[in-house]
Amino acid sequence: MSIVVEGKAVTQDYHVPGGMFARARTVRAVKGVDFTVEKGKTLAIVGESGSGKSTLARIVALIDAPSGGVLKIEGQEVDIGRKRLTSQMRSKVQMVFQNPYGSLNPRQKVGDVLMEPLQLNTSLPASERRERAEAMLAKVGLAPEHFNRYPHMFSGGQRQRIAIARALMLNPTLLVLDEPVSALDLSVQAQVLNLLADLQEEFELTYVFISHDLSVVRYIADDVLVMNQGEAVEQGTREAVFADPQHPYTRQLFAATPITSVETIRARVERRREILAARHAG
Amino acid sequence: MTDTTVKLSDAAIRRRMLADFWFYFRQNKGAVAGLVVFALLVLVAIFAPLLAPHDPTQQYRDALLAPPIWQEGGKSGFLLGTDAVGRDMLSRLIYGAQYSLFIGIVVVSIALTGGIIIGLLAGFFGGWVDTVIMRVMDVVLAFPSLLLALVLVAILGPGLTNAMIAIAIVYQPHFARLTRAAVMGEKAREYVTAARVAGAGNLRLMFRTILPNCLAPLIVQATLSFSSAVLDSAALGFLGMGAQPPASEWGTMLAEAREFILRAWWVVTFPGLAILTSVLAINLMGDGLRDALDPKLKRS
Amino acid sequence: MALLTIKNLTVQFATATGPFTAVDGIDVSVDREEVLAIVGESGSGKSVSKLAVMGLLPDTATVTADEMTFDGRNLLAMTPAERRRLIGREITMIFQEPIASLNPSFTVGFQIEEVLRLNLGMDRRAAHARALELFRAVGIPEPESKLKAYPHQMSGGQCQRVMIAMAIATNPRLLIADEPTTALDVTIQKQILDLLMKLQETHGMALILITHDMGVVAETADRVVVQYKGRKMEEADVLRLFEAPQHPYTRALLSALPENATGDRLPTVSEFMAAEGAE
Repeated sequence: MSIVVEGKAVTQDYHVPGGMFARARTVRAVKGVDFTVEKGKTLAIVGESGSGKSTLARIVALIDAPSGGVLKIEGQEVDIGRKRLTSQMRSKVQMVFQNPYGSLNPRQKVGDVLMEPLQLNTSLPASERRERAEAMLAKVGLAPEHFNRYPHMFSGGQRQRIAIARALMLNPTLLVLDEPVSALDLSVQAQVLNLLADLQEEFELTYVFISHDLSVVRYIADDVLVMNQGEAVEQGTREAVFADPQHPYTRQLFAATPITSVETIRARVERRREILAARHAG
Repeated sequence: MTDTTVKLSDAAIRRRMLADFWFYFRQNKGAVAGLVVFALLVLVAIFAPLLAPHDPTQQYRDALLAPPIWQEGGKSGFLLGTDAVGRDMLSRLIYGAQYSLFIGIVVVSIALTGGIIIGLLAGFFGGWVDTVIMRVMDVVLAFPSLLLALVLVAILGPGLTNAMIAIAIVYQPHFARLTRAAVMGEKAREYVTAARVAGAGNLRLMFRTILPNCLAPLIVQATLSFSSAVLDSAALGFLGMGAQPPASEWGTMLAEAREFILRAWWVVTFPGLAILTSVLAINLMGDGLRDALDPKLKRS
Repeated sequence: MALLTIKNLTVQFATATGPFTAVDGIDVSVDREEVLAIVGESGSGKSVSKLAVMGLLPDTATVTADEMTFDGRNLLAMTPAERRRLIGREITMIFQEPIASLNPSFTVGFQIEEVLRLNLGMDRRAAHARALELFRAVGIPEPESKLKAYPHQMSGGQCQRVMIAMAIATNPRLLIADEPTTALDVTIQKQILDLLMKLQETHGMALILITHDMGVVAETADRVVVQYKGRKMEEADVLRLFEAPQHPYTRALLSALPENATGDRLPTVSEFMAAEGAE
């Protein structure tokens, strides 16, 4: 199995400028994280807000340059801080954002959204671009007549499909998904997760899946990386992490995730009945 | 086959967006009235040669300071009377609409173009670029606008063209500030990052991705500036620094009529009314545009 | 006897493309000391019905109902002033975005003391003492110094605790929580839900919890109303709902939960509804 993306001791510092009263300081958002993802697999990065998971996602998606460490895409070291990103490398890594309402340009028609990456990174003629965009639209479950519509005419789930289609236009090998379903309704979430699974199979895509939702991670991930305050506190296969979490933070995360099984609900209802009964008696 | 369906829905979409816009615009009765008056003004300006009963510079020596037709001593043929050298007021007012529209369009285009470019640069790059640009803009803003325009005209020399350039320079910082604020807001949005991931460079991000999303407040500001430009150029004309006689610009007409204020009310009242109505109409229309274009006020 | 009863509530909005029915003939009732969860996805009208009860909808909305009573008093016949007096004292609310729900220009202490002074007519000192007490009750660490903090100096979880403190300040009979934990992290969500349940049990108030999250429902509710596109799909006790959901939509929602995934694919709501032949 070939390794698609590899990070070694990746760090990211943010410079917080000093204000009238505060001194300028540096905040380390990602504190030396190592990871590898094999072709066709999904690495889920789990954490809460402030854990540095989105910062890491932006580094992997080649949007921000890391402050330190090495990032390799298909064995090739990439440093966008020093060298301009080539179209070839840009085509390999694409990203889907969390908020489908914010990640599509409201003044850009869906067709243009899809054709833009091709126009900027390839020398395909316009007719070919259009053909590919229409084919991709069909692939993510939208109709060709959606081509000339604006994003605001679509529901959240449809918009996320468009965003996924855009990310796939350049035939990437690696897709960074930053909470792609957390802004969606439950029923739509299921559709988008199914779509992602299908696409992964069809194009042998590698996913880096950022999420805070353990139930989604359990469903989609092969490997799991748990982050807390910039550090990777736990790393392992999905089975290992879910069956036997090692780090206290991981356990805390599991304990806080609501459980929808009938047994737990029954136990809770029983407990509650007793409390209320005691209250009325007392 | 698919092409025809696509085109059909395309037109339908545009119609729907237009209908949406009209729905929200129509809520504001004042705006609709403003639009009607403004449309009339445009029509009058376009068809001035057909509408005007006389040549605006033709002097009728036998009818100096003739009062409007309904007043005693009014002469038929001069509906709103004549001025001190016997020119027909109505014709001059009609041709004056051309000047006003021309001034508004030129001033707003210059100020808008300059302001957008400056504001985009400042907002997009931030840092020292932003600081330098915005401090210069602050300096321009620190002067009372009419005073600064006067100074500029004094340097450039009086005349309509120079007056328009001066007013445009004075207005530019407003557009630059507005653009900058909008750009800074939009720049942080995810779709801009998404376009970057798609491979867009800085120029494309600025002009193709961000700018179209900043236009709504700019359109509103442009409308309101349009009326201020009409007003300011009238003021400059009144002070003798704008359009030069015998041009039938409304402000210049007022200036020429200054000495007859007590003797012949019509030579000052009608140009004044013309300025008032057009400025009011455009301002009302601008308010309506803002309501209709601002997505925050929409409920759906 | 029910505390709040609403019968046949309909809410319509005037929009550019004609009237839009957000809520279509919904009956809801909450008993004293009961936790009712209203579940629905976006567009289900779950928040609109709450705003209608509070009288907080914009002018474009038309609200009609056959009955709307709170504790035997007719809400429909009340003047706006009477309704305002009731709301804020006997019915209170907390919202999804805790930081945005607080005024950024004033300290949280000032804001909670204002609630106490205006609604309960307390003087400054009594209000301050009561605010401290409330902050302790909702588990804010160092309550004395936090009273002097501005909302932006606190985390989302702490702001939500402040909102809860404000909401229970008047000892309300009914607390309406609209997606109280959606903007919060899971570990914070757990704490906030535990706090809400503890307060509900000690004060004996009724709680309406509006949410889209089946997990939150499972952890809190006594009874559940499932809404979809402005209509009520199902109403059941929480255990019964999860054990034997009656309506196809509820079944679809539950099976779309990733933790209930049986095979490789998640069944989606539309597939489910189609398979069941509903709507």
